Amino acid sequence: MTDQRSQAEIVRQSLKRRYRKERRFRAYGILAIAIALSALVVLFVDIIGKGYTGFTKTTITMEVELDGEMMYLDDATDKKQIKMADFVEPLLQALIRQVPGATEENRDAVRDLLNPYASNELRDMLEQNPEWLGTTQTLTVLAHTDVDVYVKHAGDDAYSIKLSDRQQRWVDQLVEKEVVQTSFNDVFFSSGDSRDPSRAGILGAIVGSLLTMLVTLVLSFPIGVAAAIYLEEFAPQNRLTDFIEVNINNLAAVPSIIFGLLGLAVFINLFGMPRSVPVVGGLVLTLMTLPTIIISSRAAIKSVPPSIREAAEGIGASKMQVVLHHVLPLAMPGMLTGSIIGMAQALGETAPLLLIGMVAFIVDVPDGFFDSATVLPVQVFLWAGSPELAFIERASAAIMVLLAFLVSMNALAIWLRKRLERRW
Amino acid sequence: MNTMNPTIAKEADHQEIEAGTPVREQPEETIIEEGKTVGEPFADNAKFKLRDVNVSYGDTRAIKNISLDVAKNEVIAFIGPSGCGKSTFLRCLNRMNDSIEICKVTGSLQLDDQDIYDRRRDVVELRARVGMVFQKPNPFPKSIYDNVAYGPRIHGLANRKSDLDDIVENSLRKAGLWSEVKDRLDATATGMSGGQQQRLCIARAIAVSPEVILMDEPCSALDPIATARVEELMAEMSESYTIVIVTHSMQQAARVSNRTAYFHLGHLVEVNETNKVFTSPEHELTESYITGRFG
Repeated sequence: MTDQRSQAEIVRQSLKRRYRKERRFRAYGILAIAIALSALVVLFVDIIGKGYTGFTKTTITMEVELDGEMMYLDDATDKKQIKMADFVEPLLQALIRQVPGATEENRDAVRDLLNPYASNELRDMLEQNPEWLGTTQTLTVLAHTDVDVYVKHAGDDAYSIKLSDRQQRWVDQLVEKEVVQTSFNDVFFSSGDSRDPSRAGILGAIVGSLLTMLVTLVLSFPIGVAAAIYLEEFAPQNRLTDFIEVNINNLAAVPSIIFGLLGLAVFINLFGMPRSVPVVGGLVLTLMTLPTIIISSRAAIKSVPPSIREAAEGIGASKMQVVLHHVLPLAMPGMLTGSIIGMAQALGETAPLLLIGMVAFIVDVPDGFFDSATVLPVQVFLWAGSPELAFIERASAAIMVLLAFLVSMNALAIWLRKRLERRW
Repeated sequence: MNTMNPTIAKEADHQEIEAGTPVREQPEETIIEEGKTVGEPFADNAKFKLRDVNVSYGDTRAIKNISLDVAKNEVIAFIGPSGCGKSTFLRCLNRMNDSIEICKVTGSLQLDDQDIYDRRRDVVELRARVGMVFQKPNPFPKSIYDNVAYGPRIHGLANRKSDLDDIVENSLRKAGLWSEVKDRLDATATGMSGGQQQRLCIARAIAVSPEVILMDEPCSALDPIATARVEELMAEMSESYTIVIVTHSMQQAARVSNRTAYFHLGHLVEVNETNKVFTSPEHELTESYITGRFG
C-alpha cells in the first residue's frame, strides 16, 4: 500500500514538473513569434514611413496664356515649328503672375520652381490640342524636385532643402493659394527610370520583371515538373540517379550570384545573346528556380498515397495513366505551391541579374523579351544607391510595390493549394 | 510465447532447415520440407497453374517453392500467420510486385495456360483480367461514378455514355451498393463510410469484367456488419468469378471459401477443402494455427 501511495506521489510530482516544462516551452514559442513579428512590424513601419510620400507628386496648377508670339509658334500642327518653339516662357510668365512679389528680375529663381520637363509636358499637350494656341488654359504641370522635397519634407533633417529662403516663402504662399498641390503620383506608375526623381517611375521595372518572370515560368515549370516526374516515377534506382539527386539538392543551395556568372559566361559570352534583356534574365532565374521546383514537386509526388497508385494499377492503368490521371492531379497543389514560391524567390532576386547587365540605367519601358530592361529589385538597388535623397522615398515605394507583388503571389499559392487540395 | 509448443512436423527426420530463416513465430522444432504441400494443391480445371514459385526480396526469400492450382470459379482462401508470404504470393498473380524493384519472381505462373511473367505479356491486359481489391479501401478522390467508370474508360470498354452508365449501374448493383448511392453518383467517394468504400472498390474491380478477383484482407478495416455485407457479396460473386482471398480471420475463410491454403514462413503447408482444413487438418502446423496456439 505504501508503495502505491508513494508511486502516485512520484507521478504527481513529475506531473507538476512536466506541466512546468510544457509552459516554459510554450513561452519560448510565443517569444520567438513575438520577436519575428516585431521585426516584421519595424520593417514595415520603416518602409511605409519612408516610402508613402513616394506615392504622391507635387504639381503646379495655373492659368497659362498660350501666346503664339511669345512661343515663336504660329502653327501648332507644324512639327518643325513645335521643335523650335519656346514652351518655358508661357509657364514661367504664368508662374510669375502667381507668385506674389516676383518680377522679371527674379525669373531664374521662379523658373527653378518648375520641373525641367514641364515644358515638354506643355509641348505634348499642345501637340494633342493644337487649337489651344492663342487661348488661356488652366494647366497642371510637375513642380521641380526641390519643390517636391520641400513640400513633403520641410523640417525633416534627413532631407536637405535646396530652395533659397525666398523660394521657400514663395512655395509656402503658393501652397496656401493651392497653386502648388500634392496628388497621387501617377508618374511613378506610368514611366521608366529617370535622372530626375520626380520623373522617375517603376513601370519599366515592372514590365521588365513581368517579362523576366514569364520567361522563367514558361521554362522552369514544365522542365521542373517533368524532371520531378521522371526522377520519381520512371528513373531506375541506381548510382546515376542518386548522383543527379545529390546534385539537384546541392544546386538549390548554390548562391544566386554564381548563376549570374554562369549566365554571363554561357548565355552572353558563349551563345552571344544580348546583355540586359529579359530573356537572359529569365534563363538565369530559371537555372536558379529549377532545383526549388524539382525538389518541391518530388515531395508533392511522394506525398501521393501509394494506395491510390495501387488502386489504379490494380484496375490495369498503365504507368503513364497512373501518373497522368492520379498522381499528377493529386500532386498538383504541392507542385504549384512550390513553383509559385520559387517564382517569388526569382522575382526578388537581384544578384544574378547584376552580372548580366540588367542593372543598366534604362529609361524606356521595354517592348519585348529582347529589349533592354531592368527589374523591380534591381531598380530598388539603383535608387537606394543614388545620391539624390528624393530617390530614397521612390526606392521605399518601389519596395512596397515589390512586397505587394510577393504577398499576392504567396496568397495565390495558398489559395491554389486550398482550392485544388483533395482529401483522401 | 511459443517456446512451450513443441509441434514437430511430419518431415522432421529430413532435417532440412532453411539457412537464415527467421524463427520468430515458428515453434522451435518444426521443420517443413521445401516444396512439399500436404493435401490437394492441384485441381483439374485450373485457372491459375502455379509451379515452383519462388519470390525473393533482395536476399530474403519470401515464397519458397510453392506449387498450387486455383480452379475456375472457386473461392480459395489463403490463411497463415503475419509475414508468411500470403499477400506476396497473391500479388504475384497480377504482377503487383512489379513496382518493387528488389522483388524477384521465379517459377512458372500460368493463367489459362499462358505465362503471367512472360516478357511479352502486357501487364495492363493481365490486370484487366485479374482485378484486385486491397486491404484498405482506396477509392480515388473522385466521384462515385468516376471511380467505377475509370476502368472501363481506360480500357475503352464503353463507346457511348449510355453504355458506360449501364456498366456503372451493373457493377454497383453487383457490389450491392446501387440502392445506397444511386441518388448521389456525383458525390465524392471519399465521403462514404468504410464499408461502402470497400464495396465501391469491389464495384470498381468488377466494372472491367475480370475473370479473377484477388482480395487482400478486404475486411480487415471494416466493422462486422460491413464485413457481413462484403462476405455476402463474395458468395454471390463466386458464381461468375474466381476469387482468391487473403484473410486473417479464420471464420471468414471458413464462411466464404471452397478451399483453404495454409501458408507458413513462405511455405505452402497445406491445401484442402475448407471443411477439411478446419475440422481435420492434416498437417500439425495447420492444426496449431487454426486452434489458435500461435499466429
